[in-house]
Amino acid sequence: MTFRIPMPEQDPEKRIQNFGEVALGYSADQAVSEAKRCLQCSEPGCIKGCPVGVDIPDFIECIKEGNFDEAIRIVRQKNHLPAICGRVCPHENQCEKFCLLGKKGESVSIGKLERFVADYERQKGFKISSKPTSTGKKVAVVGSGPAGITVSADLAKLGHGVTLFEALHAPGGVLIYGIPEFRLPKEIVRAEIDCIKKFGVSIKTGVVIGKTISLDELLEEFDAVFVGSGAGLPRWMDIPGEDLCGVYSANEFLTRINLMGAYLFPEYDTPIREGKKVAVVGGGNVAMDSARAALRLGANEVCILYRRTEKEMTARQEEIEHAREEGIKFKFLTLPTKILGDEKGWVKKIECVLMELGEPDKSGRRKPLIIKNSEFTIDVDTVIVAIGQSPNPLISRTTEGLQVTERGTLVVDGNGMTSKEGVFAGGDIVSGAATVIESMGAGKLAARAIHEHISQK
Amino acid sequence: MRIDEKGERIPLTIADFDAQKGTITLIFQEIGKTTKLLGLLKEGDRILDFMGPLGNPTKIEKYGRVVCIGGGVGVASIPLKAKALGEAGNEVISIIGARTKELLILEEELQKISDELYITTDDGSKGHHGFVTDILKKLIDERKNIDLVVTVGPVIMMKAVANVTRPHNIRTIASLNPIMVDGTGMCGSCRVRVDGRTQFTCVDGPEFDAHRVDFDHLMTRLQRYLTEEKLSLERGVGKDDV
Repeated sequence: MTFRIPMPEQDPEKRIQNFGEVALGYSADQAVSEAKRCLQCSEPGCIKGCPVGVDIPDFIECIKEGNFDEAIRIVRQKNHLPAICGRVCPHENQCEKFCLLGKKGESVSIGKLERFVADYERQKGFKISSKPTSTGKKVAVVGSGPAGITVSADLAKLGHGVTLFEALHAPGGVLIYGIPEFRLPKEIVRAEIDCIKKFGVSIKTGVVIGKTISLDELLEEFDAVFVGSGAGLPRWMDIPGEDLCGVYSANEFLTRINLMGAYLFPEYDTPIREGKKVAVVGGGNVAMDSARAALRLGANEVCILYRRTEKEMTARQEEIEHAREEGIKFKFLTLPTKILGDEKGWVKKIECVLMELGEPDKSGRRKPLIIKNSEFTIDVDTVIVAIGQSPNPLISRTTEGLQVTERGTLVVDGNGMTSKEGVFAGGDIVSGAATVIESMGAGKLAARAIHEHISQK
Repeated sequence: MRIDEKGERIPLTIADFDAQKGTITLIFQEIGKTTKLLGLLKEGDRILDFMGPLGNPTKIEKYGRVVCIGGGVGVASIPLKAKALGEAGNEVISIIGARTKELLILEEELQKISDELYITTDDGSKGHHGFVTDILKKLIDERKNIDLVVTVGPVIMMKAVANVTRPHNIRTIASLNPIMVDGTGMCGSCRVRVDGRTQFTCVDGPEFDAHRVDFDHLMTRLQRYLTEEKLSLERGVGKDDV
């Protein structure tokens, strides 16, 4: 009872040679055994921990009984992307954090069970539910990441005509360009998106709202607009040498690999630098993804530079462990101050200083302070900057009457409506860079508000 | 645009458009794999993805006397600008240059919309034997009042143009074309140094004050994937690719 059923994984030595998925999924027997650990609490905390409110004990009970079809039906009532959430949600901070079993031993592996039933469903083939009667109302959704997908699916299920606009050539947002294959296979993202198409959502790729079509033009054609354009603007350290060849934003590095298939170059046309000595700056999931992707491209040494300590890292524990198993090195309390290049303009070294932790700052984490005269350099040929993303400014820059905060996020009321009538927003464009499931939660909220708004019209 | 499932996303200039027909005109030079594949397409064929227009539009107003300078395939973006500038009441002088006369494009169109047109070739096969900057220098010497210079083409040419106009304090706008991936401000592959600050060409540009652009830095960054580009080409452009 105390311990979880572990999920089989690809061996670290083998998996760093490929981009295949690391965690391999439960077998039916393993899933049933894990489901049996659930205490079926009368007042389950797990549901409260879930941003979209999945009825967790119910679906786990169904797994226990071997009724996987019913289990996935229950999950899908609240969550349109179960195969994705089962893989990338920080369950340990959400549902699993409130699991009673976790107080004394290990919580139920809710995320792994969610993944199991979603994979079961995909392998079996999705059932198409009958389409609802059309309300005649039209909603435009901007951005096909987790927030946009959730809004689209929820509104389509209610019978509204939804058009989902995506700037890139493939829908999925960060799920497609950001999270690598070894953590979230793209085939799964495509399958989940195909599923929302079956609800009647029409997806238009290659349309940049705020550039090729303005938000105001959308408002003329649609009854409401949802903006879920995400946090796509890479942040830089603003140190000398950041423009050298061989310095990537994590966004560029991961987009080349994930969206453009650069890890399959030259079969795919988009190239990427296969660095041998790589430094990744940052301590979040994006930094872990970049480091592990660099390793799989053939790096001999990948080092994560983080200005605080392991305790303050925002990456999931599971990702940090995976990175460590694969041989990624960590240099904590290390702040890059300068990137040095060779005569041809390519990265050669990165200069850093050591830090110590001071008093807690606004984020509640202890603020790192520079230790004087602690400069040192590391030889590198590639630097990946993964210190966060800011909201994409394309829409706010080109739309009048849209209130924006100092950080560039859109201002919304309790229902997710912006300062512009009929325009709603959610996900990273409102919260700043956060998690897949939080964006989905915001999407759910906005979908309800949009439904009410257009039904009253 | 992206030509097929395995293709690269490349930025191209819109040379012309017809809103009624719903068409745009792209002009490209077959240099790398993608442009060679594009060249193999026949009428009625399709490309997989296209999005745009991206970036900021050219600021068109009445400046007075404007010199538009295009080099190589960069000439493709001159007619639209020249035409709009002319319609705004400017006197438009165009200078176009190429390595050799076979590579000269849009001469006829520019003849129609420019008040004056000058042609240069590096090898002297047509027009002035030399560079576009030779003509520019002459124009500056002959007529003092040039109010704006617009330049599109090889980085080395735009740099030379900027160097010619700088001492005369002639406002000069260069349209840059660095390596891009998404074209929406997401990746920073196209970052350039303007006035010591980093700018993204795709969303902050593509036009910048040529006197403030670090052209040497841009040239270095354009060479990032030379090895890979060569490899891609050497593998050949096979039938499977179309």
